[in-house]
This record gives sequence, structure tokens and C-alpha cells, in this order.
Amino acid sequence: MNKSLRILSAPLIKENPIIVQVLGICSALAVTSKLETAIVMSLAVIFVTAFANTAVSLIRRQVPGSIRIIVEMTIIASLVIIADQLIKAFAFSVSKQLSVYVGLIITNCIILGRTEAFGLKNAPLASFLDGLGNGLGYSLILLTVASVRELFGAGKLLGFTILRANTEGGWYVPNGLLVLPASAFFLIGLIIWALRTVKPETGKE
Amino acid sequence: MLEHYLSLFIKAVFIENMALAFFLGMCTFLAVSKRLETAVGLGIAVVVVQAITVPINNLIYRYLLAEGALNWLGLDIDLTFLGLITYIGVIAALVQILEMFLDKFVPKLYHALGIFLPLITVNCVILAGSLFMVERSYTFGESIVFGIGSGAGWALAIIALAGIRERLKYSNVPPGLRGLGITFITAGLMAMAFMLFSGIQL
Repeated sequence: MNKSLRILSAPLIKENPIIVQVLGICSALAVTSKLETAIVMSLAVIFVTAFANTAVSLIRRQVPGSIRIIVEMTIIASLVIIADQLIKAFAFSVSKQLSVYVGLIITNCIILGRTEAFGLKNAPLASFLDGLGNGLGYSLILLTVASVRELFGAGKLLGFTILRANTEGGWYVPNGLLVLPASAFFLIGLIIWALRTVKPETGKE
Repeated sequence: MLEHYLSLFIKAVFIENMALAFFLGMCTFLAVSKRLETAVGLGIAVVVVQAITVPINNLIYRYLLAEGALNWLGLDIDLTFLGLITYIGVIAALVQILEMFLDKFVPKLYHALGIFLPLITVNCVILAGSLFMVERSYTFGESIVFGIGSGAGWALAIIALAGIRERLKYSNVPPGLRGLGITFITAGLMAMAFMLFSGIQL
């Protein structure tokens, strides 16, 4: 039980896929201008990474090493198609905003990275937990960055006004920088700085 | 006509730069930009693969997958949902073929590219090129220009970042920020510089 808990919780901070393993950064930067898109994207990634890891783990003894990448890509691509169709069906406006980034989960290195590093070597249940944990670790960063960007960039969270912007008669002057995509780089850079100052062992370089 | 292609190319390289405006291919962008030489090799590989895969996926989309594309067979089915898996398959297969082709006929380039060629399969720039091509419904001609342009834009960005990082070795960066942290901030500043282009109307 303890071991399962450790597999699940390690990727949250200590082995966080984005800020420690440096995997899957593209989407973390691109979909974080609003909290809503970040939540949908997080759910999609958690779903794909958990089930892809489980599926790869289930067939790990049957698949020869030379073709394993293609097999993994096929599994991941099928799962992403399911996620993409679900998002299109139930959250169409968000799917328009996410544009190509849902499809790009296929090439999101978190998923291929975890199936290679964990799914191929471990039992299905542990792989499921590892996928889940990495998905959650990814979501943690995504949601943090998106909350900061939406709250201070537009004064809103999930579309509800928290800080009334001065353009609508309030007092808050929105920080235009945070609406720009470049700010995601700065925020993640600062998060990495903070983490490495608190926990120097996470920095490998 | 030429003017249209030219403005599409400029747009793909500068205004809609794949790395700095859409944040695509970030994993390799950050990991392989430590040395200028490797960055140039990877940049060339991306341009080559992008210039081949986008037009091919364009043909596949228009004549096999799009709604009503199979009318000539007397079939009325919409296969667009198979897009993702088809594009990634095409990309993986093409990279493999390109690798064998270069090994046989242009061994010099093959050795220069080395490990980067197979790694390109999982670089999201390539898949994103095909997905953007479908989303913006480019014609075949446009897709060739867009493929080369978006690849060149990405190459430009990674070469520039590698150049900056080589100089950065001599600067005094706070300990916690060294390595990955400062690279993120540098890339952010570069992205802001590239935003200057976003006001240009073509």
C-alpha cells in the first residue's frame, strides 16, 4: 500500500514531469492563459497517460523491443482520439480554443516517456498509478500557471470576476503581460527557481 | 500568386513562429539547445522532415480522409476522426524511410543528423504542422510553403537560443536558476521579442 502511495505521490512535486523531468512543456505553455482550457487539457492528459501506461504494461511481455515505439504510439494515438472526440462532444467551445493541442498529446513526451521508463518494466496496477500520478503532477503545474495568468491577467477565475478590472469600473489594473504567451515561460522559470531553492536535490544539472 | 506564397512563408517563419508563438517542440527546444552545432543539425532535420510530411499529409487528408473525399469510390463516409493516427503513422514511416535514404545516398548528412532524425517522430512541431495545415485548410501548394516555412522558423528559434545559451555560460546566474530556469526565462524574452512581428499584416 505504501509503495502504491509513493508511486502516486512522487511525480507530484519531487519527480514532477514538467519542472523536474522537463517533459511535456509545449502544451503547458500554450493552454494556460485560461483556467478552463487548462482543466480540460489536464483531464485529457491524465486519462491518456494513465490508460496508455496500463495498456503498455499489459502487453509488455508480448511486444518485441524493436517495434515497441510503434505499438506505444498506436495505443497513445487511439486514446488521444477518444479524448479528442469526447472533448468535441461535451465541450465544443473549449475544443476550439485548445485547437491542435489535444491532438498534440500524442507527441507529449510525458506519455511516451512514462510508458518507456515505467510501463514497460512494471505491473499494470503500478503503471496505472504512475500514469495517474504523472498526469496529476502535470495538472498541478498547469493549473497553478493558469490560475495566476487568468487571475492577474484578466482579474477572473473560470470566467467569474474576482478582481474587478478598471475597464469595467473596478480598481484592478490587469497585468497585460500575463495574457501574453511569453509569461508562461517566466512563470514556469520562476516555479523551477523556487523549487530548486527549496529542494536543491531536484536540480540535476 | 507568388506574393501569396511569399507572405505565407514570412508568416510561418516570423509571425506564427512554431517555437516562440505556439510553443511547439519545446522539449527538444530546451534540451538540445546547449550547443550551437547540434542545434543547427536538428534545425536542418526539422526543415527537411516538415517539408515532406506536411504536403503528404495534405494529400492524404484531401483524397482519403476529408468529408466526401471518398465519393469517387461511391462511399459517403467521413474519416476525419482517423486523422491523428494517420498523420503520426505517416510521420513515423517517413522519418524511417528518410533515415534509410540518407544513410544510402547522402551519408554525410546522415552522420551530421545522427540521433536527431529518429527523435523527430516525437517532436510536436512535425505533427502540429500537419494539424495546422488541416485546421487552416491549406491547398497543396500552400502546404509545401507552410511546411518549409514553419520548419525554418523553428530552426531559426533553436539556433538563436543555442547561440544565447553558449554566451550565457559566462554570466553569473543565481544557483537555483542555473540550467533549466534561466533557459525558460531566456526563451520567454525571445518570445516577447518575436511578438514584435505579430502586428504585421500580410
